[in-house]
Amino acid sequence: MAVSCTREVLLEELREAAVDVEARVAALQVEAWTRSSLQPRGGISRELCYDLSNSVFSPDGRNFQVEYAVKAVENGGTAIGIRCKDGVVLALEKLVSSKLLKPGANKRIATIDRNMGVVSAGLLPDGRHFTSRARDEAAQWRRMYKAPIPTSSLADRMGSYIQAYTLYNSVRPFGVTCIIAGWDSEAELAVDGQVGSGPTVGAGGKVDKMKHGGPFLYMIEPSGSYWGYYGAATGKGRQSAKSELEKLNLTEGTLSLEEGVKEAARIIYIAHEDSKDKDFELEMTWVSSLDGPTKGRHEEVPKKIREEAERLAKKALEDDDEEEEAKAEGGERMEE
Amino acid sequence: MQRTGMLREDGIHVDMDHLKKGEVNLGTSIMAINFRDGVILGADSRTTTGAYIANRVTDKLTQVHDTIWCCRSGSAADTQAVADIVQYYLGMYGTTNNEAPTTQTAAALFQEICYENKDQLSAGMIIAGYDHRHGGQVYSIPLGGSLHKQSYAIGGSGSTYIYGYCDANWREEMTQEEGIDFVKGSLQEAIKWDGSSGGVIRMVVLTAKGAQRHLYLPDTGYKGPGEQ
Repeated sequence: MAVSCTREVLLEELREAAVDVEARVAALQVEAWTRSSLQPRGGISRELCYDLSNSVFSPDGRNFQVEYAVKAVENGGTAIGIRCKDGVVLALEKLVSSKLLKPGANKRIATIDRNMGVVSAGLLPDGRHFTSRARDEAAQWRRMYKAPIPTSSLADRMGSYIQAYTLYNSVRPFGVTCIIAGWDSEAELAVDGQVGSGPTVGAGGKVDKMKHGGPFLYMIEPSGSYWGYYGAATGKGRQSAKSELEKLNLTEGTLSLEEGVKEAARIIYIAHEDSKDKDFELEMTWVSSLDGPTKGRHEEVPKKIREEAERLAKKALEDDDEEEEAKAEGGERMEE
Repeated sequence: MQRTGMLREDGIHVDMDHLKKGEVNLGTSIMAINFRDGVILGADSRTTTGAYIANRVTDKLTQVHDTIWCCRSGSAADTQAVADIVQYYLGMYGTTNNEAPTTQTAAALFQEICYENKDQLSAGMIIAGYDHRHGGQVYSIPLGGSLHKQSYAIGGSGSTYIYGYCDANWREEMTQEEGIDFVKGSLQEAIKWDGSSGGVIRMVVLTAKGAQRHLYLPDTGYKGPGEQ
Protein backbone atom coordinates (compact mmCIF):
# COMPACT_ATOMS: atom_id res chain seq x y z
CA MET A 1 0.00 0.00 0.00
CA ALA A 2 2.75 2.33 1.02
CA VAL A 3 4.72 1.44 -2.09
CA SER A 4 1.85 2.18 -4.45
CA CYS A 5 1.25 5.42 -2.61
CA THR A 6 4.78 6.65 -3.16
CA ARG A 7 4.61 5.51 -6.78
CA GLU A 8 1.45 7.50 -7.30
CA VAL A 9 2.98 10.52 -5.65
CA LEU A 10 6.04 10.15 -7.83
CA LEU A 11 3.98 9.83 -10.99
CA GLU A 12 2.02 12.90 -10.02
CA GLU A 13 5.23 14.80 -9.46
CA LEU A 14 6.58 13.65 -12.80
CA ARG A 15 3.40 14.76 -14.55
CA GLU A 16 3.70 18.15 -12.92
CA ALA A 17 7.35 18.39 -13.92
CA ALA A 18 6.48 17.49 -17.51
CA VAL A 19 3.85 20.20 -17.61
CA ASP A 20 6.44 22.58 -16.21
CA VAL A 21 8.95 21.68 -18.94
CA GLU A 22 6.28 22.03 -21.62
CA ALA A 23 5.34 25.42 -20.32
CA ARG A 24 8.95 26.49 -20.35
CA VAL A 25 9.56 25.25 -23.90
CA ALA A 26 6.42 27.01 -25.05
CA ALA A 27 7.53 30.18 -23.35
CA LEU A 28 10.93 29.97 -25.03
CA GLN A 29 9.29 29.50 -28.42
CA VAL A 30 7.17 32.55 -27.85
CA GLU A 31 10.30 34.39 -26.74
CA ALA A 32 12.20 33.38 -29.87
CA TRP A 33 9.27 34.39 -32.01
CA THR A 34 8.96 37.74 -30.25
CA ARG A 35 12.63 38.45 -30.82
CA SER A 36 12.68 37.38 -34.47
CA SER A 37 9.72 39.58 -35.29
CA LEU A 38 11.22 42.45 -33.28
CA GLN A 39 8.09 42.67 -31.25
CA PRO A 40 8.33 44.17 -27.78
CA ARG A 41 8.21 41.42 -25.23
CA GLY A 42 5.15 41.22 -23.14
CA GLY A 43 3.67 38.84 -20.68
CA ILE A 44 6.69 36.49 -20.60
CA SER A 45 8.57 36.07 -17.34
CA ARG A 46 11.75 38.07 -17.78
CA GLU A 47 13.78 35.76 -15.53
CA LEU A 48 13.07 32.70 -17.58
CA CYS A 49 15.58 33.47 -20.30
CA TYR A 50 18.42 34.03 -17.87
CA ASP A 51 18.40 30.77 -15.96
CA LEU A 52 19.41 28.38 -18.72
CA SER A 53 23.05 29.25 -18.97
CA ASN A 54 25.89 29.91 -16.62
CA SER A 55 27.92 33.03 -17.24
CA VAL A 56 24.82 35.06 -18.08
CA PHE A 57 23.53 37.65 -15.65
CA SER A 58 19.87 38.50 -15.31
CA PRO A 59 19.10 42.22 -15.71
CA ASP A 60 19.00 42.65 -11.94
CA GLY A 61 22.47 41.13 -11.59
CA ARG A 62 21.74 37.56 -10.55
CA ASN A 63 23.19 34.31 -11.77
CA PHE A 64 20.33 31.85 -11.55
CA GLN A 65 22.42 28.72 -12.09
CA VAL A 66 24.40 29.54 -8.96
CA GLU A 67 21.18 30.09 -7.02
CA TYR A 68 19.85 26.71 -8.17
CA ALA A 69 23.11 25.14 -7.01
CA VAL A 70 22.47 26.64 -3.58
CA LYS A 71 19.06 24.95 -3.65
CA ALA A 72 20.79 21.62 -4.27
CA VAL A 73 22.90 22.25 -1.18
CA GLU A 74 19.85 23.05 0.90
CA ASN A 75 18.52 19.54 0.27
CA GLY A 76 21.68 17.82 1.53
CA GLY A 77 22.23 16.42 5.01
CA THR A 78 23.35 19.01 7.56
CA ALA A 79 27.09 19.55 7.92
CA ILE A 80 28.71 21.72 10.59
CA GLY A 81 32.13 22.79 11.77
CA ILE A 82 33.11 24.24 15.14
CA ARG A 83 36.36 26.11 15.75
CA CYS A 84 37.38 25.49 19.36
CA LYS A 85 40.36 26.93 21.19
CA ASP A 86 42.49 23.79 20.80
CA GLY A 87 41.11 22.27 17.61
CA VAL A 88 38.29 22.01 15.10
CA VAL A 89 35.39 19.55 14.85
CA LEU A 90 33.51 18.57 11.71
CA ALA A 91 30.18 16.79 11.99
CA LEU A 92 27.76 15.50 9.41
CA GLU A 93 24.20 14.22 9.43
CA LYS A 94 24.67 11.44 6.89
CA LEU A 95 21.22 10.48 5.64
CA VAL A 96 21.02 6.75 5.03
CA SER A 97 19.19 6.21 1.75
CA SER A 98 18.85 2.44 2.06
CA LYS A 99 18.77 -0.15 4.81
CA LEU A 100 21.07 -2.26 2.64
CA LEU A 101 23.97 0.16 3.06
CA LYS A 102 26.62 -1.02 5.49
CA PRO A 103 26.48 1.03 8.69
CA GLY A 104 29.60 3.10 9.28
CA ALA A 105 30.84 2.63 5.72
CA ASN A 106 30.74 5.20 2.91
CA LYS A 107 32.50 7.93 4.84
CA ARG A 108 31.71 11.47 3.72
CA ILE A 109 34.23 13.57 5.65
CA ALA A 110 37.57 13.45 3.86
CA THR A 111 41.16 14.20 4.79
CA ILE A 112 42.93 16.67 2.47
CA ASP A 113 46.37 16.81 4.02
CA ARG A 114 47.45 15.31 7.32
CA ASN A 115 46.27 18.37 9.20
CA MET A 116 43.16 19.19 7.27
CA GLY A 117 39.67 17.81 6.58
CA VAL A 118 36.63 18.71 4.53
CA VAL A 119 32.92 17.96 4.77
CA SER A 120 30.36 18.87 2.13
CA ALA A 121 26.60 19.19 1.89
CA GLY A 122 24.79 18.79 -1.42
CA LEU A 123 25.49 16.58 -4.41
CA LEU A 124 27.74 13.73 -3.31
CA PRO A 125 29.80 13.35 -6.50
CA ASP A 126 30.44 17.10 -6.58
CA GLY A 127 31.72 16.86 -3.03
CA ARG A 128 34.05 14.04 -3.98
CA HIS A 129 35.41 15.99 -6.91
CA PHE A 130 35.98 18.96 -4.60
CA THR A 131 37.89 16.70 -2.21
CA SER A 132 40.00 15.31 -5.02
CA ARG A 133 40.91 18.77 -6.25
CA ALA A 134 41.69 19.96 -2.73
CA ARG A 135 44.06 17.02 -2.29
CA ASP A 136 45.75 17.90 -5.56
CA GLU A 137 46.18 21.50 -4.42
CA ALA A 138 47.65 20.41 -1.09
CA ALA A 139 50.03 17.98 -2.81
CA GLN A 140 51.06 20.59 -5.37
CA TRP A 141 51.83 23.04 -2.55
CA ARG A 142 53.95 20.41 -0.82
CA ARG A 143 55.88 19.69 -4.00
CA MET A 144 56.57 23.36 -4.52
CA TYR A 145 57.27 24.61 -1.00
CA LYS A 146 58.13 21.33 0.77
CA ALA A 147 55.75 22.23 3.59
CA PRO A 148 52.04 21.72 4.35
CA ILE A 149 49.60 24.21 2.82
CA PRO A 150 48.10 26.74 5.27
CA THR A 151 44.33 26.29 5.68
CA SER A 152 43.73 29.85 4.49
CA SER A 153 45.65 29.24 1.25
CA LEU A 154 43.75 26.03 0.56
CA ALA A 155 40.44 27.82 1.11
CA ASP A 156 41.61 30.57 -1.23
CA ARG A 157 42.64 28.18 -3.98
CA MET A 158 39.47 26.12 -3.71
CA GLY A 159 37.39 29.29 -3.70
CA SER A 160 38.97 30.28 -7.00
CA TYR A 161 38.38 26.80 -8.39
CA ILE A 162 34.69 26.79 -7.47
CA GLN A 163 34.24 30.31 -8.81
CA ALA A 164 35.61 29.30 -12.21
CA TYR A 165 32.64 26.95 -12.57
CA THR A 166 30.26 29.91 -12.55
CA LEU A 167 31.93 31.57 -15.53
CA TYR A 168 31.46 29.22 -18.47
CA ASN A 169 28.29 27.96 -20.08
CA SER A 170 29.84 24.57 -20.83
CA VAL A 171 29.90 23.70 -17.13
CA ARG A 172 27.56 23.96 -14.16
CA PRO A 173 28.39 25.32 -10.73
CA PHE A 174 29.24 22.95 -7.88
CA GLY A 175 26.16 21.65 -6.09
CA VAL A 176 27.98 21.65 -2.77
CA THR A 177 28.92 23.92 0.08
CA CYS A 178 32.11 22.69 1.70
CA ILE A 179 33.47 23.25 5.19
CA ILE A 180 37.24 23.03 5.58
CA ALA A 181 38.82 22.44 8.98
CA GLY A 182 42.55 22.59 9.60
CA TRP A 183 45.21 22.97 12.23
CA ASP A 184 48.22 24.94 11.03
CA SER A 185 51.18 23.71 13.04
CA GLU A 186 52.22 25.94 15.93
CA ALA A 187 55.66 24.30 15.86
CA GLU A 188 58.51 25.15 13.53
CA LEU A 189 58.44 22.75 10.61
CA ALA A 190 61.58 21.59 8.82
CA VAL A 191 61.71 21.76 5.05
CA ASP A 192 60.67 18.32 3.71
CA GLY A 193 63.85 16.35 3.08
CA GLN A 194 66.20 18.78 4.80
CA VAL A 195 69.33 17.47 6.54
CA GLY A 196 70.59 18.98 9.80
CA SER A 197 68.89 21.19 12.35
CA GLY A 198 70.93 24.36 12.79
CA PRO A 199 72.36 25.66 16.08
CA THR A 200 71.82 23.48 19.14
CA VAL A 201 70.90 26.55 21.17
CA GLY A 202 68.18 27.38 18.64
CA ALA A 203 67.92 30.26 16.23
CA GLY A 204 68.77 33.76 17.42
CA GLY A 205 66.49 36.78 17.21
CA LYS A 206 63.17 34.98 17.59
CA VAL A 207 60.31 37.18 18.73
CA ASP A 208 58.76 35.29 21.63
CA LYS A 209 55.13 35.17 22.71
CA MET A 210 53.93 35.59 19.13
CA LYS A 211 51.28 33.04 18.27
CA HIS A 212 51.63 31.06 15.09
CA GLY A 213 49.36 28.48 13.49
CA GLY A 214 46.25 27.28 15.30
CA PRO A 215 42.70 26.15 14.41
CA PHE A 216 41.05 27.33 11.20
CA LEU A 217 37.60 26.89 9.72
CA TYR A 218 36.38 28.00 6.30
CA MET A 219 33.18 27.47 4.33
CA ILE A 220 33.01 27.72 0.53
CA GLU A 221 29.70 28.27 -1.28
CA PRO A 222 28.72 27.31 -4.86
CA SER A 223 29.43 30.89 -5.98
CA GLY A 224 33.05 30.43 -4.92
CA SER A 225 32.85 32.94 -2.11
CA TYR A 226 34.36 31.78 1.16
CA TRP A 227 34.64 33.08 4.70
CA GLY A 228 36.47 32.13 7.83
CA TYR A 229 34.11 31.06 10.63
CA TYR A 230 33.99 30.29 14.33
CA GLY A 231 31.05 27.99 13.62
CA ALA A 232 29.77 27.00 10.19
CA ALA A 233 26.63 25.14 9.14
CA THR A 234 25.15 24.13 5.81
CA GLY A 235 22.61 21.69 4.40
CA LYS A 236 18.98 21.07 5.24
CA GLY A 237 19.10 21.80 8.97
CA ARG A 238 21.47 24.78 8.76
CA GLN A 239 19.00 27.26 10.29
CA SER A 240 18.54 25.45 13.57
CA ALA A 241 22.22 24.47 13.57
CA LYS A 242 23.27 28.09 13.13
CA SER A 243 21.09 29.33 15.97
CA GLU A 244 22.56 26.60 18.20
CA LEU A 245 26.09 27.55 17.14
CA GLU A 246 25.42 31.17 17.99
CA LYS A 247 24.45 30.17 21.53
CA LEU A 248 27.91 28.64 22.07
CA ASN A 249 29.65 32.08 22.13
CA LEU A 250 32.48 30.72 20.01
CA THR A 251 34.01 34.16 19.49
CA GLU A 252 35.18 34.12 23.10
CA GLY A 253 37.50 31.23 22.18
CA THR A 254 36.88 29.35 25.42
CA LEU A 255 35.15 26.20 24.13
CA SER A 256 37.47 23.22 24.37
CA LEU A 257 37.70 20.57 21.68
CA GLU A 258 36.20 17.92 23.98
CA GLU A 259 33.15 20.11 24.65
CA GLY A 260 33.07 20.99 20.96
CA VAL A 261 32.63 17.34 20.00
CA LYS A 262 29.66 17.00 22.35
CA GLU A 263 28.10 20.23 21.08
CA ALA A 264 28.61 19.16 17.47
CA ALA A 265 26.81 15.87 18.06
CA ARG A 266 23.98 17.64 19.88
CA ILE A 267 23.58 20.21 17.10
CA ILE A 268 23.42 17.53 14.39
CA TYR A 269 20.73 15.72 16.41
CA ILE A 270 18.78 18.97 16.77
CA ALA A 271 19.17 19.72 13.06
CA HIS A 272 17.83 16.27 12.30
CA GLU A 273 14.60 16.94 14.22
CA ASP A 274 12.95 18.41 11.09
CA SER A 275 13.56 15.27 9.04
CA LYS A 276 12.93 12.79 11.83
CA ASP A 277 11.35 10.20 9.52
CA LYS A 278 14.69 9.58 7.77
CA ASP A 279 17.46 7.41 9.20
CA PHE A 280 20.86 9.02 9.67
CA GLU A 281 24.34 8.34 10.91
CA LEU A 282 26.45 10.88 12.76
CA GLU A 283 29.90 11.24 11.23
CA MET A 284 32.47 13.27 13.16
CA THR A 285 36.13 14.13 12.66
CA TRP A 286 38.46 16.44 14.51
CA VAL A 287 41.88 18.01 14.32
CA SER A 288 43.67 19.19 17.45
CA SER A 289 46.86 20.98 18.46
CA LEU A 290 50.14 19.03 18.55
CA ASP A 291 49.68 18.27 22.26
CA GLY A 292 45.97 17.49 21.83
CA PRO A 293 44.29 14.12 21.19
CA THR A 294 45.05 14.00 17.44
CA LYS A 295 48.57 15.53 17.63
CA GLY A 296 47.86 18.00 14.84
CA ARG A 297 46.29 15.45 12.51
CA HIS A 298 42.80 15.27 11.05
CA GLU A 299 41.17 12.06 12.23
CA GLU A 300 37.84 10.44 12.84
CA VAL A 301 36.55 11.00 16.37
CA PRO A 302 37.12 7.68 18.21
CA LYS A 303 34.01 5.50 18.42
CA LYS A 304 33.88 5.63 22.22
CA ILE A 305 33.91 9.43 22.35
CA ARG A 306 31.42 9.71 19.50
CA GLU A 307 28.98 7.29 21.10
CA GLU A 308 29.19 9.11 24.40
CA ALA A 309 28.51 12.40 22.59
CA GLU A 310 25.54 10.82 20.83
CA ARG A 311 24.17 9.50 24.12
CA LEU A 312 24.37 12.98 25.62
CA ALA A 313 22.83 14.49 22.48
CA LYS A 314 19.83 12.15 22.66
CA LYS A 315 19.47 12.82 26.37
CA ALA A 316 19.52 16.58 25.78
CA LEU A 317 16.78 16.22 23.19
CA GLU A 318 14.62 14.11 25.51
CA ASP A 319 15.13 16.59 28.34
CA ASP A 320 14.00 19.39 26.03
CA ASP A 321 10.89 17.44 25.10
CA GLU A 322 10.05 16.75 28.72
CA GLU A 323 10.55 20.40 29.57
CA GLU A 324 8.19 21.43 26.83
CA GLU A 325 5.64 18.86 27.92
CA ALA A 326 5.93 20.05 31.49
CA LYS A 327 5.44 23.60 30.33
CA ALA A 328 2.41 22.61 28.29
CA GLU A 329 0.96 20.70 31.22
CA GLY A 330 1.76 23.59 33.53
CA GLY A 331 -0.10 25.83 31.16
CA GLU A 332 -3.15 23.61 31.28
CA ARG A 333 -3.04 23.61 35.05
CA MET A 334 -2.96 27.37 35.08
CA GLU A 335 -6.09 27.42 33.05
CA GLU A 336 -7.98 25.21 35.48
CA MET B 1 83.99 11.32 -23.70
CA GLN B 2 80.30 11.49 -22.89
CA ARG B 3 79.72 13.41 -19.70
CA THR B 4 76.66 13.50 -17.58
CA GLY B 5 76.55 16.79 -15.77
CA MET B 6 79.52 17.38 -13.56
CA LEU B 7 80.15 13.72 -12.75
CA ARG B 8 82.97 11.90 -14.55
CA GLU B 9 82.08 8.57 -16.14
CA ASP B 10 83.10 6.64 -13.03
CA GLY B 11 80.16 8.36 -11.36
CA ILE B 12 82.26 9.38 -8.39
CA HIS B 13 84.70 12.09 -9.35
CA VAL B 14 83.35 15.56 -9.92
CA ASP B 15 84.60 17.43 -12.95
CA MET B 16 86.17 20.54 -11.49
CA ASP B 17 86.98 21.85 -14.97
CA HIS B 18 83.34 22.27 -15.92
CA LEU B 19 83.23 25.92 -16.90
CA LYS B 20 82.96 26.80 -20.57
CA LYS B 21 85.80 28.74 -22.20
CA GLY B 22 85.57 32.34 -21.04
CA GLU B 23 82.72 31.64 -18.58
CA VAL B 24 82.76 33.89 -15.56
CA ASN B 25 83.46 32.01 -12.36
CA LEU B 26 82.88 33.11 -8.81
CA GLY B 27 86.09 31.49 -7.46
CA THR B 28 84.80 32.46 -4.16
CA SER B 29 84.78 32.59 -0.41
CA ILE B 30 81.28 32.86 1.03
CA MET B 31 79.73 32.15 4.42
CA ALA B 32 76.71 32.76 6.60
CA ILE B 33 76.37 32.39 10.36
CA ASN B 34 73.72 32.40 13.04
CA PHE B 35 74.26 34.80 15.90
CA ARG B 36 72.27 36.00 18.90
CA ASP B 37 69.94 38.37 17.04
CA GLY B 38 69.77 36.78 13.58
CA VAL B 39 72.16 35.93 10.79
CA ILE B 40 75.21 37.42 9.09
CA LEU B 41 76.16 36.70 5.48
CA GLY B 42 79.66 37.40 4.20
CA ALA B 43 81.55 37.18 0.93
CA ASP B 44 84.69 38.27 -0.85
CA SER B 45 84.33 40.24 -4.08
CA ARG B 46 86.49 38.55 -6.72
CA THR B 47 85.09 37.36 -10.07
CA THR B 48 87.47 35.58 -12.44
CA THR B 49 87.61 34.37 -16.02
CA GLY B 50 90.51 31.99 -15.77
CA ALA B 51 93.44 33.95 -14.36
CA TYR B 52 91.91 37.33 -15.16
CA ILE B 53 90.01 39.21 -12.48
CA ALA B 54 86.83 40.26 -14.30
CA ASN B 55 85.49 42.21 -11.33
CA ARG B 56 87.24 43.06 -8.08
CA VAL B 57 84.22 44.59 -6.31
CA THR B 58 81.55 41.98 -7.08
CA ASP B 59 78.46 41.72 -4.90
CA LYS B 60 77.89 38.03 -4.23
CA LEU B 61 75.26 38.68 -1.55
CA THR B 62 71.89 38.75 -3.27
CA GLN B 63 68.55 39.72 -1.81
CA VAL B 64 65.63 37.42 -2.72
CA HIS B 65 63.11 38.83 -0.21
CA ASP B 66 63.01 41.53 2.50
CA THR B 67 65.05 39.56 5.02
CA ILE B 68 66.02 36.51 2.97
CA TRP B 69 69.36 36.69 1.20
CA CYS B 70 71.76 34.28 -0.45
CA CYS B 71 75.49 33.93 -1.03
CA ARG B 72 76.35 32.79 -4.56
CA SER B 73 79.28 30.62 -5.63
CA GLY B 74 80.03 28.83 -8.90
CA SER B 75 79.01 30.19 -12.28
CA ALA B 76 78.00 33.85 -12.05
CA ALA B 77 75.39 33.44 -14.79
CA ASP B 78 73.84 30.30 -13.28
CA THR B 79 73.62 31.64 -9.73
CA GLN B 80 72.22 34.97 -10.85
CA ALA B 81 69.56 33.20 -12.90
CA VAL B 82 68.61 30.92 -10.01
CA ALA B 83 68.47 33.85 -7.56
CA ASP B 84 66.31 35.83 -10.00
CA ILE B 85 63.83 32.96 -10.34
CA VAL B 86 63.62 32.46 -6.58
CA GLN B 87 63.21 36.21 -6.04
CA TYR B 88 60.27 36.16 -8.44
CA TYR B 89 58.65 33.16 -6.71
CA LEU B 90 59.07 34.65 -3.24
CA GLY B 91 57.58 37.93 -4.42
CA MET B 92 54.58 36.05 -5.79
CA TYR B 93 54.30 34.07 -2.57
CA GLY B 94 54.28 37.22 -0.48
CA THR B 95 51.55 38.93 -2.49
CA THR B 96 49.27 35.92 -3.06
CA ASN B 97 49.36 34.65 0.53
CA ASN B 98 49.41 38.02 2.34
CA GLU B 99 52.29 36.72 4.39
CA ALA B 100 56.04 37.02 3.92
CA PRO B 101 57.72 33.76 2.91
CA THR B 102 59.93 32.08 5.50
CA THR B 103 63.56 31.15 5.03
CA GLN B 104 62.35 27.55 4.70
CA THR B 105 60.24 28.49 1.71
CA ALA B 106 63.21 30.16 0.05
CA ALA B 107 65.48 27.22 0.82
CA ALA B 108 62.92 24.78 -0.60
CA LEU B 109 62.66 26.76 -3.85
CA PHE B 110 66.44 27.08 -4.21
CA GLN B 111 66.89 23.38 -3.59
CA GLU B 112 64.24 22.34 -6.09
CA ILE B 113 65.84 24.40 -8.86
CA CYS B 114 69.40 23.33 -7.98
CA TYR B 115 68.46 19.65 -7.72
CA GLU B 116 66.22 19.37 -10.77
CA ASN B 117 68.80 21.15 -12.95
CA LYS B 118 71.92 19.73 -11.35
CA ASP B 119 73.25 18.50 -14.73
CA GLN B 120 73.24 21.98 -16.26
CA LEU B 121 74.07 24.12 -13.26
CA SER B 122 77.22 24.91 -11.38
CA ALA B 123 75.78 26.71 -8.42
CA GLY B 124 76.73 26.40 -4.76
CA MET B 125 74.42 28.53 -2.66
CA ILE B 126 74.08 29.49 0.97
CA ILE B 127 70.65 30.79 1.97
CA ALA B 128 70.24 32.84 5.12
CA GLY B 129 67.21 34.66 6.36
CA TYR B 130 65.46 36.13 9.34
CA ASP B 131 61.79 36.08 10.30
CA HIS B 132 60.01 36.77 13.60
CA ARG B 133 58.73 33.23 13.94
CA HIS B 134 61.91 31.24 13.29
CA GLY B 135 64.59 33.82 14.01
CA GLY B 136 67.77 33.56 11.93
CA GLN B 137 68.37 30.45 9.81
CA VAL B 138 71.20 29.27 7.60
CA TYR B 139 70.82 26.68 4.85
CA SER B 140 73.52 25.35 2.57
CA ILE B 141 72.85 23.93 -0.90
CA PRO B 142 76.06 22.47 -2.34
CA LEU B 143 76.62 21.32 -5.93
CA GLY B 144 74.33 18.24 -6.07
CA GLY B 145 71.29 20.11 -4.78
CA SER B 146 71.02 18.68 -1.27
CA LEU B 147 69.70 20.90 1.54
CA HIS B 148 71.47 21.28 4.88
CA LYS B 149 70.37 23.35 7.83
CA GLN B 150 73.44 24.51 9.70
CA SER B 151 74.57 26.77 12.53
CA TYR B 152 76.94 28.33 10.06
CA ALA B 153 77.91 27.49 6.49
CA ILE B 154 80.99 28.18 4.39
CA GLY B 155 81.29 27.75 0.65
CA GLY B 156 83.26 28.47 -2.52
CA SER B 157 86.83 27.55 -3.40
CA GLY B 158 88.25 29.63 -0.55
CA SER B 159 86.24 27.77 2.08
CA THR B 160 88.56 24.76 1.90
CA TYR B 161 91.28 26.80 3.61
CA ILE B 162 89.18 27.89 6.57
CA TYR B 163 87.47 24.73 7.85
CA GLY B 164 90.02 24.55 10.67
CA TYR B 165 89.82 28.26 11.45
CA CYS B 166 86.02 28.21 11.61
CA ASP B 167 85.88 25.03 13.67
CA ALA B 168 88.34 26.44 16.18
CA ASN B 169 86.73 29.87 16.47
CA TRP B 170 82.98 29.10 16.14
CA ARG B 171 80.76 29.74 19.12
CA GLU B 172 77.02 29.71 19.28
CA GLU B 173 75.10 32.83 20.36
CA MET B 174 77.79 35.33 19.50
CA THR B 175 76.96 39.03 19.71
CA GLN B 176 76.73 40.99 16.47
CA GLU B 177 80.23 42.39 16.97
CA GLU B 178 81.67 38.95 17.67
CA GLY B 179 79.82 37.54 14.68
CA ILE B 180 81.19 40.19 12.36
CA ASP B 181 84.71 39.56 13.68
CA PHE B 182 84.27 35.82 13.11
CA VAL B 183 83.08 36.28 9.53
CA LYS B 184 85.73 38.87 8.79
CA GLY B 185 88.52 36.78 10.29
CA SER B 186 87.45 33.69 8.38
CA LEU B 187 87.11 35.48 5.04
CA GLN B 188 90.45 37.24 5.54
CA GLU B 189 92.12 33.84 5.87
CA ALA B 190 90.27 32.51 2.84
CA ILE B 191 91.30 35.53 0.77
CA LYS B 192 94.90 35.17 1.98
CA TRP B 193 95.23 31.52 0.91
CA ASP B 194 92.85 31.21 -2.03
CA GLY B 195 94.10 32.72 -5.30
CA SER B 196 90.64 33.06 -6.73
CA SER B 197 89.25 34.94 -3.73
CA GLY B 198 90.04 38.57 -2.98
CA GLY B 199 89.01 42.19 -3.09
CA VAL B 200 86.73 43.64 -0.43
CA ILE B 201 84.67 41.82 2.21
CA ARG B 202 80.94 42.40 2.01
CA MET B 203 78.49 41.46 4.73
CA VAL B 204 74.77 41.62 5.34
CA VAL B 205 73.35 41.52 8.87
CA LEU B 206 69.75 40.26 9.07
CA THR B 207 67.83 40.91 12.32
CA ALA B 208 64.39 42.04 13.50
CA LYS B 209 65.48 45.52 12.42
CA GLY B 210 65.85 44.40 8.79
CA ALA B 211 68.86 44.12 6.50
CA GLN B 212 72.07 46.06 7.11
CA ARG B 213 75.04 46.06 4.72
CA HIS B 214 78.67 46.20 5.81
CA LEU B 215 81.81 46.83 3.77
CA TYR B 216 85.45 46.19 4.68
CA LEU B 217 88.27 47.33 2.38
CA PRO B 218 91.66 45.60 2.04
CA ASP B 219 93.71 48.86 1.99
CA THR B 220 92.98 49.47 5.68
CA GLY B 221 93.45 45.81 6.61
CA TYR B 222 89.68 45.19 6.37
CA LYS B 223 89.06 47.59 9.28
CA GLY B 224 86.41 49.72 7.65
CA PRO B 225 84.35 51.54 6.70
CA GLY B 226 81.89 48.99 8.16
CA GLU B 227 78.17 49.65 8.32
CA GLN B 228 76.87 51.23 5.11
